Amino acid sequence: MGQVTAKQVMETFDLKMISGEEGIGRHIPISDLSRPGLEMAGYFTHYPANRVQLLGKTELSFFEMLEPDERKDRMMRLCTNETPVVIVAHDMEAPPELIAASSEKHVPVLGTKMTTTRFSSALTNYLESQLAPTTAVHGVLVDIYGIGVLLTGKSGVGKSETALELVKKGHRLVADDCVEIHQEGENTLIGHSPKLIEHLLEIRGVGIIDIMTLFGASAVRTFKRISLVIDLELWDANKTYDRLGLEEEKMRIIDTDITKLTIPVRPGRNLSVIIEVAAMNYRLKRMGVNAAEEFSKRLNEVIALDTH
Amino acid sequence: MVEKEVKVLLNTGLQARQAALFVQEANRFNSDVYLEKENKKVNAKSIMGLMSLAISKGTTIKISADGSDEETAVDSLAALVEKQA
Repeated sequence: MGQVTAKQVMETFDLKMISGEEGIGRHIPISDLSRPGLEMAGYFTHYPANRVQLLGKTELSFFEMLEPDERKDRMMRLCTNETPVVIVAHDMEAPPELIAASSEKHVPVLGTKMTTTRFSSALTNYLESQLAPTTAVHGVLVDIYGIGVLLTGKSGVGKSETALELVKKGHRLVADDCVEIHQEGENTLIGHSPKLIEHLLEIRGVGIIDIMTLFGASAVRTFKRISLVIDLELWDANKTYDRLGLEEEKMRIIDTDITKLTIPVRPGRNLSVIIEVAAMNYRLKRMGVNAAEEFSKRLNEVIALDTH
Repeated sequence: MVEKEVKVLLNTGLQARQAALFVQEANRFNSDVYLEKENKKVNAKSIMGLMSLAISKGTTIKISADGSDEETAVDSLAALVEKQA
């Protein structure tokens, strides 16, 4: 899980520091925002203190109508030890009561020129991607005909070599050896490479090669949604491999189930072609054409006709 | 499954050549070997993953192995990074 501090938000959105600078290192634990309108009216029973507090025109103009002692009280209760940051939108003046309370409690107060709604959606997007659950997987991620395919398998089985062949055929490399994955939204896994090894591929006997300088910008991608996992394993004579393609195996990464194919490796099997076809076939299935199922239906019909 | 936390004492940290040596050593074992730094876990048999962690001197890493020769794998890999030279 990533971590975000008030400082990162300030730098990302180029916000103005208003007060409470001591608390700029506070962590933002969740991506939900709070617009404390009811709190300004004095209702703090369900006050979500651990969220980013966003004050817009509505909240502040209502706040202006309050009595001086009420204003002081509301702002003191708004700035708690848990409050990660208070942001004033619309380039509005922060009320002196807020500045006093935030300085006392060390809650950072930032200002933005953006309108409240626009800023709130931009901030939500940013926080969601930063706070998304993450993991790293040993494998190679390639974009084949627009489908993100994660190749997994033991070290030395030929993942990188297969990726190289795929790149030569015009597909794109996203990450070699170590794929960082984060979950966006409910069921979307996005994979990318650790910055340090971006665009690089390691081929035993050759060493580290730079795919972008060798094959050009069209041969690489910085990130890609993962749709299919292909597990490569050495051919095991005692294992049964899928002959029909009627069953669909799944693999769980973070909270998302992804279709997984197991492909045995043996001399004479052209892996890159098999993987290319597997990706296309997956795409076809998603478009509603399932060759295995259609054939099986046809077979059943012929058997039924022939049964006496 | 065996785990061991070690502090990297190699003067240069795990630079490319040291990383290659480390991976070569890890590949001698049948067990699955992993290396973890700051909650990032990579396969110790793959050089790119290992190098992406950019491990410097003084970093505490966790080496774990799972398989028939897990004990020896963890011990010999730990010894490798605990060397000074």
